[in-house]
Amino acid sequence: MNAVTPLPARANAARMGSAATVAKHLQTLDQHVIEIMSDSGEGAQKCGQSFGSIAARTGNGVWTVEIIPAEIQPPARSVAGASGNRIRIGSHQITNGGDEADIAVAFNEQVLLGRVNAGELKPGCIVLLENMWAEHDDAKIAGQYAETRDRLVAEGYRVYEVPMETECRALVPDPRKGKNMFVLGMLCNIYSLDMNLARDQIAFIFGKKDAKVISSNVALLETGWQWAESNLDFKYRVPAVKATVPQVVINGNTAIALGVLASGMDICAMYPITPATSASHYLSDVFERAGGIVHQAEDEIAACAFAIGASYTGKVAVTITSGPGYSLKQEGLGLAVMAEIPLVVVNVQRGGPSTGQPTKVEQGDLLTVMFGSHGDAPKVVLAPGTIEDCFYSMITARRLAETFNMVVVVLSDASLATAQQPFPRPQFSTEWLAPPVDQNPVPDGAKPYDWDPVTGLSRRFVPGQPNGMHTLTGLAHDRNSRVAYDPEINEQGMRARSMKLATLQKTLTPPPVFGDREGELLVVGWGGTRGAIEEAVARLRGEGHRVSSTHLTFLQPMQPGIGEILRGFRQVITVEGNWSDDPNDPLIDESNRRYSALAMLLRARYLVDVDCWTEVRGRPIKPGTVYTELRGRLAHLETSR
Amino acid sequence: MSAATLCLHHFAEENYALEDYQGGVPRWCKGCGDNAILAAMQRLCRDEALRPEKTVFVSGIGCSSRLPHYMRTYGFHGIHGRALPIAEGIKLARPDLHVFVNTGDGDCCSIGAAHWIHAIRYNMNMTVLLHDNHIYGLTKKQASPTSPIGTRSNTTPRGSYLDALSPLTVTLGVQNVSFVAQAVDWIPESLFQILTAAYRHRGFSFVRILQRCPEFVGNMFEPWVHDPQRMLMLTHADGIRVSPALQKIYRNQLPHDPADINRAREIASSEDPIPVGILYRNPEVPCYEDLRGAGKLRTADQVRGTLDAELDKFTVWPQ
Ligand SMILES: Cc1ncc(C[n+]2csc(CCOP(=O)(O)OP(=O)(O)O)c2C)c(N)n1
Ligand code: SF4
Ligand SMILES: [Mg+2]
Repeated sequence: MNAVTPLPARANAARMGSAATVAKHLQTLDQHVIEIMSDSGEGAQKCGQSFGSIAARTGNGVWTVEIIPAEIQPPARSVAGASGNRIRIGSHQITNGGDEADIAVAFNEQVLLGRVNAGELKPGCIVLLENMWAEHDDAKIAGQYAETRDRLVAEGYRVYEVPMETECRALVPDPRKGKNMFVLGMLCNIYSLDMNLARDQIAFIFGKKDAKVISSNVALLETGWQWAESNLDFKYRVPAVKATVPQVVINGNTAIALGVLASGMDICAMYPITPATSASHYLSDVFERAGGIVHQAEDEIAACAFAIGASYTGKVAVTITSGPGYSLKQEGLGLAVMAEIPLVVVNVQRGGPSTGQPTKVEQGDLLTVMFGSHGDAPKVVLAPGTIEDCFYSMITARRLAETFNMVVVVLSDASLATAQQPFPRPQFSTEWLAPPVDQNPVPDGAKPYDWDPVTGLSRRFVPGQPNGMHTLTGLAHDRNSRVAYDPEINEQGMRARSMKLATLQKTLTPPPVFGDREGELLVVGWGGTRGAIEEAVARLRGEGHRVSSTHLTFLQPMQPGIGEILRGFRQVITVEGNWSDDPNDPLIDESNRRYSALAMLLRARYLVDVDCWTEVRGRPIKPGTVYTELRGRLAHLETSR
Repeated sequence: MSAATLCLHHFAEENYALEDYQGGVPRWCKGCGDNAILAAMQRLCRDEALRPEKTVFVSGIGCSSRLPHYMRTYGFHGIHGRALPIAEGIKLARPDLHVFVNTGDGDCCSIGAAHWIHAIRYNMNMTVLLHDNHIYGLTKKQASPTSPIGTRSNTTPRGSYLDALSPLTVTLGVQNVSFVAQAVDWIPESLFQILTAAYRHRGFSFVRILQRCPEFVGNMFEPWVHDPQRMLMLTHADGIRVSPALQKIYRNQLPHDPADINRAREIASSEDPIPVGILYRNPEVPCYEDLRGAGKLRTADQVRGTLDAELDKFTVWPQ
């Protein structure tokens, strides 16, 4: 099928508004992955998000994720400059961004090449390519275009050249600003989506602008639809099940920000850092309307100290950051642990170490957040596995911080940060909010660190409470908060801080198992890989393999019952987005192999020979990759019985 | 109870004695200038009738940062260099609290220097005491940014290499500066007066206190301690009035209007004689906590309303 659509005739036909339609091949699909990419500022992102929203309203499962160039303004037409969206739609719930794309829409051939080179497109997939470059005045550009197009055709891609510029110029003075809605119309046609929903969507996104803007964008939309109708020889239908409850479509960072708002926290102190900043951006916009404050501090050390100061006075505060910022906060976090000041910390992980890959996906900070800050500094660590989790984990985190007077770290990552997935609209409950700050007098004889002998918990006194005056300190201290170097007291304090984790652990329930509780292979994951792992496992189970998975939300303390789950399987493997040595590397053997973070933790705690498979390619782990990896392991296990 | 007795009752309640502010027994060396600073602070709290439960002393790490432990108020003995951002968080969350910061020359001007600059800009209502002994005390005698060039210390056995940083000129050079004063530990009366003026100023009141460390740099301030004429007392109707008793000893006086920032910068540059008094005061600079609308009570309805309005933007309703 290596045909370049004979362009001139069809393009002309469409331009003249002719009804000369082509024969359509309508196919019903279970799921599909679409990528839309342009230079920055050409609106591919808006197009992708709108397409996702329309599909969600139709009742399709949807997952959208941004394609972000590393630079703010990469040169036009550059291979590294692709900006846009990947949208996966399905006839059922979609939990991740999926495998290689089935359709790619590109505003120029260079950004397309970037995705081809990154291996993000399915071999032989459909490419809808802006053709204005073919006749560009600059012979070099025209040459690059022809060369790429021919190469893609030769490699088996189904390339359709689309006269986006020409079609749009008839409607708007600057087609560069309108192409995205043309493409949206085209995609609505291809996926048989309801154009009324698309028109509503345009009215929604341009709602603040005047009616002319809306009508010209609707015209672009309809022209795109008509062009596809007249010129493309394929059409799809992804059956949808209409949602019965209201759903919200937001990305992970927006979910975190809304979670902060819903949790009743009042103060967020932060310093800008990718990919966490968008949460603070959004929060800055909405928080003040509800009486909250986002403080942009001079650096992350200050942001952390500021949040600690705010929390100290009574109500838990939050600080939001990513890897490098987290490293800077560590001394402050140790102080909060030692002085037992509650605090919520969000770490939206990116590639590390050092500046690493700021916009890319990685799960490299687990051990750092668990063990980081010098000395024994027990903290609670939670990792949301879905967009919905991002929202609720903030409410949980605030409550845990307050109940246990502990630091609670929420570990999100770059894949959740910009991905959107519909989930049932949260119903606000006043129970989510913090109680008012206690300003009652402290009873005579009460001590600021009256550690309960069993749970380690104590009730803290905050400024404003008469009779509760004491100086808290990061130095070792006794129950009265007096500096103490006494060996007994030091051990008592350490024990109390540690017991709080055990106390919390006793209130947790075992993690659910996806699949049977016994079998050949168990996959354990945490954080943003959940959707990909469960999709791969479901597929393998469908093929008759005895494989299950479990996904950990609490990394510290770990939920009870995990040991029993692990022992129900012949082999256990973690799938994670961090580094682990390949056992087949010539220098690597059991005495030096570095396991991935979770595998190391599980091995140490449960004495089970947990293996790991990891990837640090800067992008979300694909369900197909996990599938292939697990299938190989299963084949081995199944023949070695 | 009649209104009058109620008032009296209230008065009795709000009247405090020095003991109400005295915490543990200070563990500073004999002759350490921090003792004088502590005494002045306790007196200030008593005279201003600050409710101990509404008062927080925040500090970093260093000998000087031990001060909160010796107050019977709330205290936050934090980590090295970070007293200011901690104090800012406290003040933003609870503008109703009286916030004081005790910080050393290493704590403030070295490891915490970034926070110091920004704290001046934020101009939050708090009183900051820089205990400047020109040396690292707690870690046993290393040069600090304010050590005069040539200071012999454990890390500069042949004398320190760089000119000292001037906390006064630095502070006076930052936008939004609103109160800068200098005091010395060996003139308790003026120290108290200056701290009182600092406390009463609404904004970020920065008081550099030259503080003796007999343990490590016993001779640092001796020439000035022994020669009152090498002290320059700043006087003004809007500043500090030097008492007649002090006037007799410290005859070297300079009328200085604290509203005059250019003159303040000139005076701040003088190392000898040592200026003592209020260099600059501007009550008009807005406080960050006011700009940010801190301290307002939030209601559940506000949260619910805002959350629902936001969720509306992202909701896909069943058709
Ligand atoms: C991060 C960190 N670095 C170093 C130290 C060690 N340290 C404690 S106090 C101090 C310097 C104290 O000097 P200064 O701030 O002038 O206070 P002083 O003791 O003179 O009152 C140092 C370097 C520390 N506690 N934390
Ligand atoms: S070492 Fe110096 S600063 Fe520290 S307590 Fe002793 S005299 Fe005071
Ligand atoms: Mg010092």
